[in-house]
Amino acid sequence: MIGRLFKFHGGIKPDAHKNESAGVAIRKAPLPPRLVVPLRQSARAGASCIVAVGQKVLKGERIGEPEGFLGTAVHAPTSGTVTAIDSCPMAHPSGLDTPCVVIEPDGEERWIEHATPFDHHTATREQALAWLRDCGIVGLGGATFPSHVKLGRGSGIETLILNGAECEPWITCDDRLMRERAADILAGANILRELIGARELIVGVEDNKPEAVAAMQAAAAGTAARVVAVPALYPAGGEKQLIRVLTGVEIPYGKLGGDYGVQCFNVGTAHAVYRAFIHGEPLISRIVTLTGNCETPGNWEVAIGTPVEDLLALARPRTDTDRYLMGGPMMGFAMPRLDVPVVKGTNCIISASPRLFPPAPPEQPCIRCTECAKACPVELQPFELYWFSRSKNFGKAQEYHLFDCIECGCCSYVCPAHIPLVDYFRFSKSEIWAREREKTAADQARERFEFRNFRQEREKAEKAAKLAAKAAETRAKLAEAGPAEAPAATDAPAAEDPKKALIAAALARAKAQKAEIQPQNTDNLSPQTQAEIADIEARRKVLEAVAATPAPQAAEAAAAPDEPRP
Amino acid sequence: MIHSPYVRKPVSVQRTMGLVLLALVPGIVAHVVFVGAGVLVNLAISTLTAVAAEALMLRLRKRPVGIAVADLSAVVTAWLVTLCFPPIVPWWLTVCAVLVAIVAVKHLYGGLGQNPFNPAMIAYCSMIVAFPALMSQWPPAGQLSFDTQLSLILGGPRDIDGITGATALDALRTGLRSGVQTVDKVLEGSAFGALGGRGWEWVSIGYVAGGLFLLAMRIITWHMPVAFIGVLAAIAGLFWLVDPGHFASPLFHLASGGAMLAAFFIVTDPVSGATTPRGKLLFAGGIALIAWLIRNFGAYPEGIAFGVLLMNMCVPLLDMKTQPRVFGHRHDLEGGGK
Ligand code: SF4
Ligand code: SF4
Repeated sequence: MIGRLFKFHGGIKPDAHKNESAGVAIRKAPLPPRLVVPLRQSARAGASCIVAVGQKVLKGERIGEPEGFLGTAVHAPTSGTVTAIDSCPMAHPSGLDTPCVVIEPDGEERWIEHATPFDHHTATREQALAWLRDCGIVGLGGATFPSHVKLGRGSGIETLILNGAECEPWITCDDRLMRERAADILAGANILRELIGARELIVGVEDNKPEAVAAMQAAAAGTAARVVAVPALYPAGGEKQLIRVLTGVEIPYGKLGGDYGVQCFNVGTAHAVYRAFIHGEPLISRIVTLTGNCETPGNWEVAIGTPVEDLLALARPRTDTDRYLMGGPMMGFAMPRLDVPVVKGTNCIISASPRLFPPAPPEQPCIRCTECAKACPVELQPFELYWFSRSKNFGKAQEYHLFDCIECGCCSYVCPAHIPLVDYFRFSKSEIWAREREKTAADQARERFEFRNFRQEREKAEKAAKLAAKAAETRAKLAEAGPAEAPAATDAPAAEDPKKALIAAALARAKAQKAEIQPQNTDNLSPQTQAEIADIEARRKVLEAVAATPAPQAAEAAAAPDEPRP
Repeated sequence: MIHSPYVRKPVSVQRTMGLVLLALVPGIVAHVVFVGAGVLVNLAISTLTAVAAEALMLRLRKRPVGIAVADLSAVVTAWLVTLCFPPIVPWWLTVCAVLVAIVAVKHLYGGLGQNPFNPAMIAYCSMIVAFPALMSQWPPAGQLSFDTQLSLILGGPRDIDGITGATALDALRTGLRSGVQTVDKVLEGSAFGALGGRGWEWVSIGYVAGGLFLLAMRIITWHMPVAFIGVLAAIAGLFWLVDPGHFASPLFHLASGGAMLAAFFIVTDPVSGATTPRGKLLFAGGIALIAWLIRNFGAYPEGIAFGVLLMNMCVPLLDMKTQPRVFGHRHDLEGGGK
């Protein structure tokens, strides 16, 4: 079956820079003196610690128990001793801390008793998904979404897409993986396909990786899997863009592929699934591209938790390297610090120099040339969103589909006025989330307050009625007992005691309610959206700092009265 | 902290404007060869005025002067003003027009990118209203010596009848309005070449060449030139077929006046024009329609400038009503994911 390819709007063709690192086979990175394994591999996949300081752990031993719906297990990447359990800085633009298990490797690489292969044919679906979770399998394309959640309901999926597009410049980890371990990847992909109940398996690889295409095609020969070379056009590797190219299906913002009968996994994830099911190994290492301004670029198989600074030594960055980018140059970020560990989503670290990545020229006014709109893969009008974001007209921005923006950076890339459009969008999004949150919290507080008043009124009335009844009863009893005791003497305390009790109860209730009135508006959002919020929140911190110290041009614009177009 | 993307296409506003200037060169060369070199003097005057006015306004508005002057946008405005004016207007008229364009239209609205109206067209309209006579003295192609042109530009005495002829559009109107002549009769006059005004058609061809260059460089999209030329040709053709005695041919309309300059350089001004693909079609088509109406029934021989301004006013509405559908939202309209 030869499927025709579809197109998505826009896209750009930045210099690919794949050759720097794609030529050398994957090497195994030596173990660092210290592994820092985060219990939370991303904003979404959490785990609770089940080891103690001083404890000996074996390679592959579970050290973190999955926590919550989105949680996945965390494992010791090698054998050694737990030396600390502490909050450590993470490779995140915000540089926020995360609880980590610090392991000192003993160098013996002793595996925990190797689990036998997991046969998903004999297991139930739930068991298979639990196995994925317990092996700590998350999406390795960078988004680290837990795979057991993504496999979801297991019905209604026709097509499984394997994403080997790797459209970001410089990154070649998937390229090398496909060249070297094509059969394993396909084996993993077939397990995923069976688990998800899909009929069709399509592998999409950008056509600027002919070796990877050939390797995958050779491995797929004779099977039902179809390996398709898609035109190299950033962001063809965006999940929704790749689904569009291969199937013609367009998945709008807020919807998942599953709703449209398609699901998409990264080739690295498929490889991890293969290791987990066929070899019983949890996810404890991944391929990382080290490239850019360095002497020995290449791809390395790196233990999760390896500090970036130890890893970088392998690539031998040149002396004029001024910063390091994590991820690709289009969607990655400049690392605020290097003493952070490689996590499951770390696909690439680029040594950047002013020569390779010249500083952005100064921002100029938008001339409405619509270059950005021509480049936007989501068919947005970025310049309109820019005007709305600048004037903080967030309502309009949402009306113009701000939240459909995938932050791919195509618009910033082509803008002749050098406007950092994506930064404006990230800022607007985080502002809107923050405002929503405040509003929801306020609404809930008001509702609860009103309800409490109502309840208190009701309770008061009920109590009063009861009291009156009781008092009447007492009086009746007293009257029966005789006139020796004055009714007034017993009446007063009887009225006072319940009053005290009432006050105490009210206070306790108020306290409990105060504790309850926390913003809980994220309760009924989809996991994807929750994760997005978490990401945005983290970025927001940084962006706020940026917003507080605007570029000269922006400062000036802010100083002048706003001049919106009529 | 600098955020992604860390790579950028090597483009700039300066490059865009520079390419527009380059694209105007063939038309200017044709102008010099077939009409006269006077236009060069006016170009110099307008350029100097524009740059000075731009620098002054930026300083008054406390904006960085260097980078904004270097973006060449003021020079583009200056050249367009000059090229849509008669090439022998006195120097002070050029200065006034450029000041209107740069100071009033551009900077009082907030500078580059903010002006809702096309600066060159406001300049044209205000000058034709204020100085209708000077603005309608077009020299017949190649008949005035450079000295004469220079002296006229420098404010020398204007012997109207002797030095200037009516433009083709002008003559056609006057001829038809007098009621005795038909299109063929009027066009027999010596002022007219094979297509429109004699010699001027070469200038138009020069603009077309420049416009194709801009299309090839992807500075402009096809929408506006195609819609403008298409609508102008269609409506002119329709009336010409019905009554060739009283309506000029589509070819005449396209080759006359500033039609080609407008199609590729004026209508396509990004700042004041519509931005969505459908909006661009409606915008440019609307201008063509208004231009044709004014040429045939209005008070001025050339209607493009008024068409542009009228359509500028519609831009916010056009943009709003023609927003393209967003990825994945097609099924909102058509009820399917595919
Ligand atoms: S590319 Fe830049 S200058 Fe052009 S319309 Fe978009 S934001 Fe404005
Ligand atoms: S960053 Fe957003 S607006 Fe810009 S091109 Fe990508 S999707 Fe479109």
